[in-house]
Amino acid sequence: MNRSRTPQSLLSQWLHDRLPADQWDWLQQTLVTCAKSNTDRELYIALGMAPRKLGKADLALSDAELSDAQAAYAGWTPSDWSIDGAARLLVLLMLAEQNQADFDTTLRSLCATADVSESIVYYRGMALFPHSAELDEQLGEGLRTNMSAVFEAIAHNNPYPQEHFDDHRWNHMILKALFVDSRLYPIQGLDQRANPELAQILCHYAHERWAANRPVTPELWRCVGPHATPIMLADLQRASQSKDPLEHQGAMLALSQCPLPEATKYITAFPDTAEAIANGTLTWDALTYRLNSTTQ
Amino acid sequence: MMFIDPHAHMISRTTDDYQAMAASGVVAVIEPSFWIGQPRTFVGSYIDYLSSIIGFERFRAGQFGIRHYCTVGLNSKEANNQALAEGVMEILPRFALKEGVVAIGEIGYDEQTDLEDKYFRLQLELAKELDLPVMIHTPHRDKKRGTTRSMDVCEEHGMDPSKIIVDHNNEETVQEVLDRGYWAAFSIYPSTKMGNERMVEILAQYGADRIMVDSACDWGISEPLGVAKTAKLALQRGIPKEHVIKVCYQNALDAYGQSGQMHEDDWLNPAPIDQRTVYEGNSILRGGRDPLVEDATAAPPNKLNADKLIIK
Ligand SMILES: [Zn+2]
Repeated sequence: MNRSRTPQSLLSQWLHDRLPADQWDWLQQTLVTCAKSNTDRELYIALGMAPRKLGKADLALSDAELSDAQAAYAGWTPSDWSIDGAARLLVLLMLAEQNQADFDTTLRSLCATADVSESIVYYRGMALFPHSAELDEQLGEGLRTNMSAVFEAIAHNNPYPQEHFDDHRWNHMILKALFVDSRLYPIQGLDQRANPELAQILCHYAHERWAANRPVTPELWRCVGPHATPIMLADLQRASQSKDPLEHQGAMLALSQCPLPEATKYITAFPDTAEAIANGTLTWDALTYRLNSTTQ
Repeated sequence: MMFIDPHAHMISRTTDDYQAMAASGVVAVIEPSFWIGQPRTFVGSYIDYLSSIIGFERFRAGQFGIRHYCTVGLNSKEANNQALAEGVMEILPRFALKEGVVAIGEIGYDEQTDLEDKYFRLQLELAKELDLPVMIHTPHRDKKRGTTRSMDVCEEHGMDPSKIIVDHNNEETVQEVLDRGYWAAFSIYPSTKMGNERMVEILAQYGADRIMVDSACDWGISEPLGVAKTAKLALQRGIPKEHVIKVCYQNALDAYGQSGQMHEDDWLNPAPIDQRTVYEGNSILRGGRDPLVEDATAAPPNKLNADKLIIK
């Protein structure tokens, strides 16, 4: 029944359901003030006051609410959002609707002076704003951050990159994720956006890691398998012989997704793993789960 | 023992300093916005500077298990560049409500000019409007009169002394600052401000109420371990442990905690995995097994002087 609801109306509903009356009133009053104001001062104060007035608790959406989010905007995954973040985004979505031309400039200026939690909200919300070249440029700026939490606000659980990034920016986001020890699995479109150029870049990166005696994350091979050339197959074979069970499994999964006929013979070299892949007990999801439980 | 350094310009310090501070027990620092040595000539430089201390520096500190807070303000030297000062006053409200901003500061007088006076007053009004504490930088020259004047002006503007920290005190200023109900901070800064032997004398004489110790470490020859070394020296010379805890930890928390932006839970009970913060957790609080603690003590002695306790 919620199929036609907008992200804006959902955010409003979620906050309404969670905030005590006085905080909800403050938020309504703030929305009115920001809508009527013709300077940015009210906006800066509203965004600054949001955590102070509403707190920073988890939004803690139910499964039903999360599927409403997906229905309102494909890929929108506000599963670990906070109350103050939702309120900040609600204010911005209202402004974007009201005046799209000025909104780009406003958002860029907000990003330029954002603290870490604000940056996270703005980048996580980017897909929900009207798309523009201006905002796209801002996102490129965000990707250059050294702060992992900000980088992950863009890369993880965010529909924006898969929808709007060209291959060059996409490939560098994946590579940067590996460099800053971020996980790949929360990146939306990881399989769909895999491409031959990325496979090549990642194999070069694996060689650098091997040369320095550093481990290669099993997730890397996920973007290599479907686009592996015969030369890359040798890398997959090498990784499949790893003593590390997870690296072995990652390489085997990648081999199973490789269209080259030679891949089959490297898979059959490990009948037990091949069987686990064939019967569906070893998948990228299962591997991710194991990877998470070994590093926590 | 846990320490807070409530005045440290970490933006000018190296990662060695962060490691050494974390190893010495520092769990939180407050970075006041200040004079960076070279005059800023565009408001844009100010914007980027303030963005750095609310953003990247906070992240950098978090990597060493140190919680980072800051104060924002127009410093007294740059108040004398009127065009710049006007621009900064316009953008300050934009920064004053950022996460982790615990006060307006450091503000006050340098040469005690009319422009310094004007922007000091305007910033006191801003602090009042936003209900934030104030960190006052007292002048190096003509300190005693400058300190008195700073407090006179605060009272003229109806400020509550319990929300104002008067910094860079010495033997000559402390009595009046305490008598008038303000917090008195002391910067253990070699050669120009306080030494820690003198500091211990002051603690012996005045006790620990409303007194706090900071390093004021910056781009000059200064001592990021100023708080930890003063605590150690004070204990060695017989200052009661409860007093040392107050002046090297609790009073800073009580004074700046009035902003609502600084809580002991920030470092004692951080969320185990918080996607929305940038804090790695303090290795000492985690049990001290992290190698960075060993690294800090193993660093070349001429660099960190970890064993050279006295700061003159
Ligand atoms: Zn200072």
